[in-house]
Amino acid sequence: MTLATSAARQPSPPARRRINFSALGPLLALALLIVIGMLLNPNFLSYGNLTNVLARSAFIGIIAVGMTFVITSGGLDLSVGSMAAFIAGTMIIVMNLLVPSLGASWLVVLCGLGTGLLLGALAGAVNGLLVTVGRIEAFIVTLGTMGIFRSLVTWLADGGTLSLDFTVREIYRPFYYGGIFGVAWPIIVFAIVAIIGEIVMRKTPFGRHCAAIGSNEQVARYSAVRVDLVRLSTYVLLGVLVGIATIMYVPRLGSASSSTGVLWELEAIAAVIIGGTVLKGGFGRVWGTVVGVLILSFIGNLLNLAALVSPYLNGAIQGVIIILAVMLQRERSAAK
Amino acid sequence: MRTLKLMAAATVAALLAAPGAANAQESATIGVSIPAATHGWTGGVNYHAQHAIDRLKAAYDNLEFVLATAGSPSEQVSDLEDMMATRNIDALVILPFESDPLTGPVKRVADEGKFVTVVDRGLAQDGIENLYVAGDNPGFGRVAGEYFRERMIDGGKIVVLRGIPTTIDNERVQAFEEAIDGSGIEIIGMEHGNWNRDDAFEVMQDFLSRFPEIDAVWASDDDMAMGVLEAVRQAGREGEMFIVGGAGMKQVIKGVMDGDETIPVNVLYPPAMIGTAIELTALRYVGQVPVEGRYILASPLITQENAEQYYYPDSPF
Repeated sequence: MTLATSAARQPSPPARRRINFSALGPLLALALLIVIGMLLNPNFLSYGNLTNVLARSAFIGIIAVGMTFVITSGGLDLSVGSMAAFIAGTMIIVMNLLVPSLGASWLVVLCGLGTGLLLGALAGAVNGLLVTVGRIEAFIVTLGTMGIFRSLVTWLADGGTLSLDFTVREIYRPFYYGGIFGVAWPIIVFAIVAIIGEIVMRKTPFGRHCAAIGSNEQVARYSAVRVDLVRLSTYVLLGVLVGIATIMYVPRLGSASSSTGVLWELEAIAAVIIGGTVLKGGFGRVWGTVVGVLILSFIGNLLNLAALVSPYLNGAIQGVIIILAVMLQRERSAAK
Repeated sequence: MRTLKLMAAATVAALLAAPGAANAQESATIGVSIPAATHGWTGGVNYHAQHAIDRLKAAYDNLEFVLATAGSPSEQVSDLEDMMATRNIDALVILPFESDPLTGPVKRVADEGKFVTVVDRGLAQDGIENLYVAGDNPGFGRVAGEYFRERMIDGGKIVVLRGIPTTIDNERVQAFEEAIDGSGIEIIGMEHGNWNRDDAFEVMQDFLSRFPEIDAVWASDDDMAMGVLEAVRQAGREGEMFIVGGAGMKQVIKGVMDGDETIPVNVLYPPAMIGTAIELTALRYVGQVPVEGRYILASPLITQENAEQYYYPDSPF
């Protein structure tokens, strides 16, 4: 752990070479999973199955890209799963309310999308302000908001399930099920978010400031990095991305309940760490996060496709693979 | 709160005004402890508990109710302690969060001489409760299995989605398997969808890529049936298979009523059983009839013909 973090803080030329080696860990794990999948079931690499797995990865994936920035700058957000449920519930309520006055039209869906993005930004800002201005540990702040968002959606749904108006759903449905050139929309959005995230992390001052703050907050402050502003921005960014993920999620089943998005936060954090971002902050790798998300999705998919072990053990298999993927990567960077 | 006070005042007034009537009907406080609405079915439990309490309060002046919802077993234990210490209840109606952690605390309530009604999940020790009201879990699986058997006379290939790994789920699945045994129906895939729409959607997507031929799906729960339906729709294989869920969710009952072909029937496992338990317990104080014993609600098959009587449009479930 210490070796890995200190290696990450070396000046850039050796760091570039180090990335090439340690990055092999998660990539190897992913390649191995794909090979096993091909051997077990000929349908594994079929167009239908790949579309399913990539599209369902998109929710966690889009959130995990934002989470990479939060973790890189030394923060954490446990509230994203509950936040997604709360946003989904509110979007459905807003759209259902607008149907009588606007009729079932694109306008209603657009209002729903706007609500989702706005609410995401607001929720992220609440977390970010409590962390920066309120000076409370991110773990505690987001543990609190996690409970708040989850209760709010249960309350909004009166303990049951909120369902989107049937006519609006038919208009909104292509957002998840449609696509262009045979590539589904969630996959396209996930790809765009990941590419932009990678560029921002590696090529912009914002990305470097995140790493600097996560590495040593005091030094960053003395180097004229606006620490609080950058911190706050990472939470708002994550909130907006949760909004985008929810926008893709709502048309899938057209409903939200208190069981929506349960444990998404842990899946997102696991994906970020598998991808090579350091949990204590200071170093982040967006494309690694994408690989991490794919690893997690493919494990679930494989276990359903092959019925290799008792379904009671699915969680154990996932746990072993997560630990293995991280271990491979830590050993390699330590050996460097 | 104000209505509570009014009720209390009204009760006191009634007692003072008509001592004769009060003797004929002793006044009683009934505590109701149920899990908080964390998913659809418990949401239904909350709705029906409130519904039964409102009705009984309006009908009988001598009955008082204390309703508590708990988010965890330990919270439920605290609720019981509060009811005993501050509200002096005469009877307790409880849907235990989990059987084992609640057995001791409920036994203490019974030892104090209170009337105890246990709903749905039985306690770990026999003979504590005076009245037990529950759904029929093996029956739930068997009725579904018998429908498959009848509908698929020539056999066929089906997939099964199971709930959260629990005794309830095991009893249901075992009874289902026994019911289709020897009918030529083959279960080609069985996975846990955890009574969750999203999980069920993903499991079903994978079943659809894995098996080119599926004749039917036993989703064993209405939330899971909704997820399964969406996956089948996405794959464009609606005409190929039928889906059976269970529990009695209002959207599904509505579909059955309207003659939906993909989800043609439903099997009841009603959250309204909490209402049955409260009404039966109240009967002890207003009806002078014996109510002690075990009351197992049947899990009937809901078809287009009888769906209307199980449809509660105002319930959240």
